[in-house]
Amino acid sequence: MTQTEFLNIVMPFKDKVFRLAKRLLVSREEAEDATQEILMKLWNNKIKIQEYKNVEAFSMTMTKNFCLDKLKSKQAQNLKIVHSNYQDHNVSLQKQVETNDSLSWVSKIMEDLPEQQKMVIQLRDIEQYDFDEICKMLDMNNTAVRVTLSRARKTIREKLTNTHSYGIK
Amino acid sequence: MVLNNIEELLVKYENGETTLNEEQQLKDYFSQETVEPHLEMYKPMFAYFLVNQQEQFTKDVTLKTRKIEIYKWISVAAVAVLMIGFYFRSPFVNSQEDLGTYEDPQLAYNEVVKSLGMVSKSFNKGKASVSYLGEMQKAGTQLEYLDEISNPLGRIFKN
Repeated sequence: MTQTEFLNIVMPFKDKVFRLAKRLLVSREEAEDATQEILMKLWNNKIKIQEYKNVEAFSMTMTKNFCLDKLKSKQAQNLKIVHSNYQDHNVSLQKQVETNDSLSWVSKIMEDLPEQQKMVIQLRDIEQYDFDEICKMLDMNNTAVRVTLSRARKTIREKLTNTHSYGIK
Repeated sequence: MVLNNIEELLVKYENGETTLNEEQQLKDYFSQETVEPHLEMYKPMFAYFLVNQQEQFTKDVTLKTRKIEIYKWISVAAVAVLMIGFYFRSPFVNSQEDLGTYEDPQLAYNEVVKSLGMVSKSFNKGKASVSYLGEMQKAGTQLEYLDEISNPLGRIFKN
């Protein structure tokens, strides 16, 4: 397999890999490194890749495992991944400030979710995968995915309702 | 009504029962400017999903090809072969210049004496041709009387 062929396979979902990594690892740099690592792994196993029917699902599973491993080793070292994506707050319009602000609430709420729920929300609501695909990627059964998703959505809604009506962050 | 429909969809959505299509309807609804006041809290959630969908991996993808590695090793091997080649060549050349040896010690002694004699003969020839340099020595001693001049000079400067 040549480099171009490989890139043609990988390019469509590299952003999805990156976003899933970022969802789990939070920091942008960490996620970039993880994505790079995963692409390298895929490239090194390019002969095996040709045998897989669904490279995308396979890569997402790889991303999940890689990031969870990374998080585990970080916890073992007692290091916390620092969230360092500072946003540009120089927006003059009141409305835009407001939406930005509420978006950062959502991202905070998302960060507090358990890993499993983060992944399901990421794959379903952001990447819009089928339930079947999510089951394959996360190695869960259909009901489990739905239950996790429902829990995550309810948590986000509840917390948002709180912030919305009482301004509690 | 549309609103009724949305509320129904939201309930289904929270139970994780919506299809992708229905979720798209919800996203479309909440990306409008104005949303029903009691549904306002859902807005940032869907807006966040949409924003996050846009995020891209901007770093360059660098792929190391194995071919390059193979070429690297080939060049290393080539250099090694060259070095070994040079190392083993020199004794081989020497053996070609080998002029043979004598088995019998007496014969070898005679040969050595003969060749040494040849060397000393040419040496003496060279020495003889240089012997005229002795004349220089003789001329040097004849010039010694010049010292006599320095004696009266010394006396003049004293006065």
